[in-house]
Amino acid sequence: MNAQLRSVFWRILQTLPVVFGVVVISFVLTRALPGDPAVYFAGAMADEQSIEEVRVALGLDKPLWHQFFLYVGDLLQGDLGNSISTGQPVLTDLAMRLPASLELTLFALVLACAIAIPLGVLAAVRQGSWVDHLCRVLVTAGVSLPTFFTGILLIYVFYYLLGIAPSPLGRLDFIYFEPPRVTGFYLIDSLIDGDPETFFAALRQLILPATTLALFTLAPIARMTRASMLTALSSDYIRTARAAGLSGAMVLFGYAFRNALLPVVTTLGMVFSFVLGANVLVEKVFAWPGIGSYAVEALVVSDYAAIQGFVLAMALLFVFLNLVIDLSYTLIDPRIRFNAK
Amino acid sequence: MTTTTASSVSRQSGLWAHLVYVLRDNPVTLLSFALFAFFVGSAVFGPLLVPYDPLATNAAQALQPPSFSHWFGTDNLGRDVFSRVIVATRLDLSISVAAVALSFVIGSVLGAIAGYWGGWLDAVLNRVFDTIMAFPLFVLAMGIVAALGNTIENIVYATAIINIPFYARLVRAEVNIRRESGFALAARLSGNSHWRVLAFHIFPNALPPMMVQVSLNLGWAILNAAGLSFIGLGVRPPEPEWGIMVAQGADFVVSGHWWVALFPGLWLMLAVFTFNLMGDGLRDIVDPRRRT
Repeated sequence: MNAQLRSVFWRILQTLPVVFGVVVISFVLTRALPGDPAVYFAGAMADEQSIEEVRVALGLDKPLWHQFFLYVGDLLQGDLGNSISTGQPVLTDLAMRLPASLELTLFALVLACAIAIPLGVLAAVRQGSWVDHLCRVLVTAGVSLPTFFTGILLIYVFYYLLGIAPSPLGRLDFIYFEPPRVTGFYLIDSLIDGDPETFFAALRQLILPATTLALFTLAPIARMTRASMLTALSSDYIRTARAAGLSGAMVLFGYAFRNALLPVVTTLGMVFSFVLGANVLVEKVFAWPGIGSYAVEALVVSDYAAIQGFVLAMALLFVFLNLVIDLSYTLIDPRIRFNAK
Repeated sequence: MTTTTASSVSRQSGLWAHLVYVLRDNPVTLLSFALFAFFVGSAVFGPLLVPYDPLATNAAQALQPPSFSHWFGTDNLGRDVFSRVIVATRLDLSISVAAVALSFVIGSVLGAIAGYWGGWLDAVLNRVFDTIMAFPLFVLAMGIVAALGNTIENIVYATAIINIPFYARLVRAEVNIRRESGFALAARLSGNSHWRVLAFHIFPNALPPMMVQVSLNLGWAILNAAGLSFIGLGVRPPEPEWGIMVAQGADFVVSGHWWVALFPGLWLMLAVFTFNLMGDGLRDIVDPRRRT
């Protein structure tokens, strides 16, 4: 147990250089603004003198390394600057909107895994059957579908044609009140509040965007599950297990599936990258009030502090998710120790 | 001299036979090559052949459903959707081809240097690529375009930057395993410079897997560029481009005018699908072991 704890600690330490690199890149992005940032932040009416004042106030007159330390200092205090469009600190805005994005993304991921993993396993077990073909079609179509386009198609079919889905505008229909904020996840908050009506209303709003995102996410997971399941099933230890007379279910889930899960978990890292990107597009299509649509609105009005805060927040979120994936490795596979390398 | 010609001929016919074998085994690959030819054709000749001016508005003909005179219907300004979709092919393909070419060249050079010489340069480059990959790539592209300025060139640069690590890693691995191989050492001993050995003896071995990567990447680059213009980056409105056309059409889908968004979206999907199928097909040809 002690060795395991130490390996976990070691893995957490390993994220530090990555976080440092992320901060460097986002610093470079803030300094790569078109033109002189001081002129930009001073506003349109500024004269020579006030531009100079802004330059000093922002620390832009100092050498670049010094500016970098100032930037890191601000970050450590949670200061990402103020958004021009909302007038609030960017960090406050992001924190307000993050639960909406997380609720959508996590729901979509769970949905995708719930469909993709059984599908991949079935496709591998019944290789060449209709399940296998269905899996292949879904996988090829899934990676080719632009998320924003799938979203629009789903809106057309389920909202306009069939009239099942609610109007694609945000997290909750305006006739319902927001549940009191505890976690920021409407599904959880409404349950805590004991309000099933709001829960189902929120769920109805969530299903279309989550399905859009899940359709896109499903493909790489199903593909990887199928491939690694095929490898596992053709291996020697499975033949041995079968020869030893273990039951089919035991061989399949006890041995093959557990070993096949590792590469799938690895792909999840790449999948997160796609999901967080696609999230922005889906939020725009469904007017979902998360950090993705916040960034899109900021882009329209050239609100640089907000965009950079968003990029940094997404990167840190992604690093964190990858850390969680790596740590979950130790739970799935006891052979892995991070200090081995 | 004659023996080398004979052996190269037999090798070529072997490759050809393999190609025919793979294509017969998988007609889908053939279909993807045909589709690719279609897209290249519409990129080159499209603007000459379309029935309407893609920018010409006609208020009397606004939001007409698909008909015989307007195959894909008309949009809210009465512009012919079919003409716009076809004309947009050139812009979308140019963006993705330019981006992939850039990342191919830069990634190859960096990866080859890192793989051949190793050492601190390799370590530094690896760190840089790790850092780029630590971002969700689409989000990084958004950040780059926002920082550099909202133009089509910057879309190309952003797409290129987020693709560089894939190429560099691939080349690095391929170069690294051949750095000490017999033929490379022999080439060195016969007096070739390091650069020459790297460029003409080692690097060409990385090309087949690179081709697969290029094809898969092209589809992804188109998706990426269309996604960026969907959220309002890069391409400016009157210009026909698939992503922005879907974005404009999205406003009319809720009122039942499906054709404005459907056809550009369908074309975008078909293009990505073509490149993905082609990538899978190329992989079958190049590396039969990795077929799934």
